[in-house]
Amino acid sequence: MAEAHAAQREPAIAGNKTPADVTREICAVLDRKPSGLWWAGLLFALSLLLTGGAAVTYEIQTGIGTWGLNRTVGWAFDITNFVFWIGIGHAGTLISAILFLFRQRWRTSVNRSAEAMTIFAVTCAGMFPIIHMGRPWLAYWIFPYPNFRGPLWINFRSPLAWDAFAIGTYFTISLLFWYLGMLPDLATVRDRAKPGLKKALTGFLSLSWNGSVHTWQRYETVYLLLAGLATPLVISVHTIVSWDFATAVIPGWHATIFPPYFVAGAIFSGMAMVLTLMIVARKTMRLEDYITVRHVEVMAKLVLATGGMVALAYLTEFFIAFYSDNPYEQFVILNRMRGPFAWAFWTMFSCNVLVPQALWFRRVRTNLGAVFAISILVNVGMWFERFVIIVTSIHRDYLPSSWGSYAPTLIEILTLAGSFGLFLTLFLLFIRFVPVIAIAEVKGALSRAGGHRELSEARKPEGVRIAERETVLGGVRT
Amino acid sequence: MKKHPLYGLIAEFESPEALLEAAHGARAGGYRRLDAFTPMPIEGLAEAVGFEKTRLPLAVLIGGICGCIGGFLLQYYPSVMDYPLNIGGKPFNSWPAFVPVTFEMTILAAALTTVFGMLAMNGLPTPYHPVFNVPEFELASRNRFFLCIKARDPQFDLEKTKQFLKDLKAREVYEVES
Repeated sequence: MAEAHAAQREPAIAGNKTPADVTREICAVLDRKPSGLWWAGLLFALSLLLTGGAAVTYEIQTGIGTWGLNRTVGWAFDITNFVFWIGIGHAGTLISAILFLFRQRWRTSVNRSAEAMTIFAVTCAGMFPIIHMGRPWLAYWIFPYPNFRGPLWINFRSPLAWDAFAIGTYFTISLLFWYLGMLPDLATVRDRAKPGLKKALTGFLSLSWNGSVHTWQRYETVYLLLAGLATPLVISVHTIVSWDFATAVIPGWHATIFPPYFVAGAIFSGMAMVLTLMIVARKTMRLEDYITVRHVEVMAKLVLATGGMVALAYLTEFFIAFYSDNPYEQFVILNRMRGPFAWAFWTMFSCNVLVPQALWFRRVRTNLGAVFAISILVNVGMWFERFVIIVTSIHRDYLPSSWGSYAPTLIEILTLAGSFGLFLTLFLLFIRFVPVIAIAEVKGALSRAGGHRELSEARKPEGVRIAERETVLGGVRT
Repeated sequence: MKKHPLYGLIAEFESPEALLEAAHGARAGGYRRLDAFTPMPIEGLAEAVGFEKTRLPLAVLIGGICGCIGGFLLQYYPSVMDYPLNIGGKPFNSWPAFVPVTFEMTILAAALTTVFGMLAMNGLPTPYHPVFNVPEFELASRNRFFLCIKARDPQFDLEKTKQFLKDLKAREVYEVES
């Protein structure tokens, strides 16, 4: 059944490739000299990073006063960036874990780079709360450990402490998942390299992987277990991030819809970022056969679906504010739409709700230029969503006497630019030095004899399985 | 048992099906000390060389339970015993608020057990493995499929086993020095 269904679809990888082709073509990216475009990109990313680094250094030397925060608006740009980057990361885990559990074979082409994106995005996100502490050299105080300051312990009832645990765990597991998935490919690179530094280094990093059937067997079990663990984890991470707001009594924050709303928004923005990166990577790294229009189309559908959830969440928020008859909630919603930050609200609304509707049309989904433009707009919209939630809720709360406003300073804007610089630098180094596509997984998906096991498949009698394998393989292998 | 100068014989195949067939053939031929090396996981190969189920999931369950209990105690001990502090009139043991950290610690411990358990059970990293002595073995991570019959196998006999592997339609058979 599953086989027949799969056969009707286009293959995930174009161009009738053999395993040898896959190895050669993906490793070729690592062997040849980087293109001028790559160098230009790296130069741009590094200059952003340096500017951001200078801004952060200045801020740490001088203090948080260099930001536009005030007594009324205590959270603004910085926390917006934090939530934005954490959200970006979630699509990587969706692709590597959730789509793996759903047996979506097309994910093999994008999962390595999506996971890399997760790690880099979480790195960027983690920076912001730390610099927001004002004295980042004391950041370790957030963790509970026996100490000589009392002993003084953290307040475990605070979502900010939960955040530290959630993000620490998320980063660790994403890194392990990524590294583990890379072991077979590092071995491939090692085996192709001539004796020298590269061979020694990849030999060390691949932990002398030899592709033994015992190793593969346990490796597949581990992959399944980690996917099963990462799935609830990724949902918990953004749930906890949403609690940073939802557990406060600020109108506009204090809502039970926040956890699912934030998780859907995170995947929405992350998918858009994956699309942005993939469309660039396939073009610049000549990976058109691996990242096909079909991949772009499937991801565009995911953007549309999660975008729909986000739109539903917005409408629910409006509805509940008026249905609850709570004057403060009603005020917050109207103030968002008509107040001093109305421009931010309408940017958010048009980018997140209206623009993605174009993806209902197949002609748009298969047009790479259009998808690229939409993915950028969605990212802009999702950044503004966090800005709107954070700033418009607190700048006018219960007491009109304490109302205030907020505008970012140059330092804050440069810090945001710096985080993009860090993200791009890491990503460009990644596509240059690591196989961007999971070679072993693609080979598995090619032959359909291998890959990760279909759960139902394992229970079929041996004869049926071999017969099926032969029918499927007949057409693909050369 | 006396140490054999040879680790075993390794046969090269061109396709996963040929390797699977050969693995079944070797099992049927009475060989028990088998190993196979492939560039990607092959469905059904583990059963063909006679590999029992891994006990890793059990280790992960235990790891997860330890993480869960440890994570809760990490919060219970400071909040109730070492540093009881009245926060908003909540009970010292406000367990619902401890759920998120307990959950994260469960996942963290389970995942670390998974990864390090797998590496330990697979004996990775192994700086030296005899199969790497065969120059052609570098293709095992590219597009060739290898079946190894170890010299430890009671039925192992250099000439006979070599002929046996050739009869299984191996492309080439190499001796693996230990």
